[in-house]
Amino acid sequence: MKLLVKIHKKRGQEPIIARTVLDTGVLINVERANIESMSGEVLIEVADPEAKRVCDRLKEFGAEVERLEDSVCRNEEECIDCGECVSVCPQNVFSFDEEWNITLKTEKCVLCGKCVEACPHNALSLHQ
Amino acid sequence: MEKSIEEINLRIQEGNAHIVTAEEMPGIVDELGEAGALKEVDVVTTGTFGAMCSSGAFFNFGHSDPPIRMERAWMNDVELYSGIAAVDAYLGVTQESETQGSAYGGAHVLEDLISGKSIELRASSKGTDCYPRKTLSTEILLHDLNEAIMCNPRNSYQRYAAATNSTDNTLNTYMGTLLPDYGNVSFSGAGLLSPLINDPKLKLIGSGVPIFLCGSKGMIIGQGTQSSPGTLFATLMTTGNLKEMSPDYLRAATFKNYGVSCYIGLGVPIPVTDLETVRNTAIRDEDIMTNIIDYGVPGRNRPTVKTVSYAELKSGCIELNGEEVRTSSLSSYKKAREIAQELKKWVSSGQMTMTLPTRPSDASRTVNPMRESKRTPRVMEIMNRNVTCISQDADIKTAAKKLLRGETNHLPVLNDENKVVGIVTTYDVSKAIIKENVNDSVSMVMSKNVISTTPGEAVDIAAMKLERNNISALPVIDEEGRLLGILTGTDLGKLLGKRWYK
Ligand code: SF4
Ligand code: SF4
Repeated sequence: MKLLVKIHKKRGQEPIIARTVLDTGVLINVERANIESMSGEVLIEVADPEAKRVCDRLKEFGAEVERLEDSVCRNEEECIDCGECVSVCPQNVFSFDEEWNITLKTEKCVLCGKCVEACPHNALSLHQ
Repeated sequence: MEKSIEEINLRIQEGNAHIVTAEEMPGIVDELGEAGALKEVDVVTTGTFGAMCSSGAFFNFGHSDPPIRMERAWMNDVELYSGIAAVDAYLGVTQESETQGSAYGGAHVLEDLISGKSIELRASSKGTDCYPRKTLSTEILLHDLNEAIMCNPRNSYQRYAAATNSTDNTLNTYMGTLLPDYGNVSFSGAGLLSPLINDPKLKLIGSGVPIFLCGSKGMIIGQGTQSSPGTLFATLMTTGNLKEMSPDYLRAATFKNYGVSCYIGLGVPIPVTDLETVRNTAIRDEDIMTNIIDYGVPGRNRPTVKTVSYAELKSGCIELNGEEVRTSSLSSYKKAREIAQELKKWVSSGQMTMTLPTRPSDASRTVNPMRESKRTPRVMEIMNRNVTCISQDADIKTAAKKLLRGETNHLPVLNDENKVVGIVTTYDVSKAIIKENVNDSVSMVMSKNVISTTPGEAVDIAAMKLERNNISALPVIDEEGRLLGILTGTDLGKLLGKRWYK
């Protein structure tokens, strides 16, 4: 399961992901991290049965945790197959088939959210 | 050899007309030759489905009891233009909701109406002897209205300039998300399927001609606003009955940091009357050229980065400055095709016959810029020329002294050639002092990514740079990067505070 962990650095820099691994004994796979001076966002993957424990521990450290889809989700009712998402995705998830339908290679998605903001039709989402 | 409109309409009525889409036409001309195609093909259908901001609808709501003369009116909190008769009003698609902002606007109201959803109508008035009512609030459906007539001042651009971005920051525009450093190219329009591309002299597309408009049988009023056929940027003013429209061909959209727009589906059937029409409708994407414009330049005259064909844009990737750059389409080619096909069905089944324009269009017309009686002030008019600056080799202590003495919070940092290489702020210096690094050189703490302005830049653009980057001063530099002055938020505040500014 993919979890988006938001960290606010108040007191120094606590290595809360590492601490969570140590405390819970659960292996955490870091898929993407975006750390700035006062806050950070880390996308992690953990096995489903362990997710709750990891989540609870992270929250005790003061992090916000959100459950994400495994890949970007497209609402076919809203999508008009324009292709605006194609060039903004760093992972080349979107392309056209011969009939100009937009198609997704979801396995490549890293849930960065760029396409969600770019889609004029509100057809893409990351959150469950 | 020519074919008359009557001849074509007779064939349509008898069910013998041969209708093709503009996508099929080049192949047909290849196969049969121009004369053969003229004999064979009676009508070419076109289509486009893209963001068309200049759209909206007139409504007549009927009279309430007691009646009201609506001075202001809202549908789902989106304000209408009601400066016309008592219960007539116009809703523009880009108008934003007063409660939800850009998440919901005029386009969403139209989409909801044609999807059969109920809309809250509110209105207010001062009350008159003949219209005593002062406020009104009611739930309405599309079929409750006397009239709901789409009327779009500017639709269906012949073609569009494509967009890219030379700056270091992502730009959010009406051309979509433009990634930094020429990171992508965004384009719009259906290329060879675009109606006006197939009739550049406007001989067959004009006033009174029937069209497909969002699923309804609409009509062209004439050339649209800002139409510029002389530069191959012609537009159309169109109308159609909202009650016949379908949400398959009208979709609300929101562009991040730009606002609301509406995707409009539009197609024009073109009667093939002569060889010139055959030639025009046989155009291919390879023959339709457009410029890629740098939206990183915030003026009206944005530089062209490259000229490309729609075939290149549609391929998904173009070459720009020696690099492969991906392209994104804003309009939907799939939907454009659907519209051309739908129109083909309408004409084949005799539901729509051909009409010549009721008056000629001037195909040499071009568009003019605005006459501005007052020029927006330029940076040089308000910048501070007495600017305290510092050399990159100076130490922190010197910087601290200069900051104190100069009563400023920013020091542009110069190299030996007097070029600006960085900027240090009171914050950078205080941080260094706390860490007891007073003997370090300024170049170690300065920010090297200097956001600057030029003397000729409009102050509004400079103001936007400050706001977007959350900074309080901009060094003013010449073409060689030499320092000429500094522009601070305070200088701008003094000026902009005096003007009408929102
Ligand atoms: S940008 Fe949105 S509407 Fe357009 S193709 Fe992508 S998902 Fe569909
Ligand atoms: S979330 Fe990021 S990686 Fe996933 S499809 Fe969207 S842009 Fe691509």
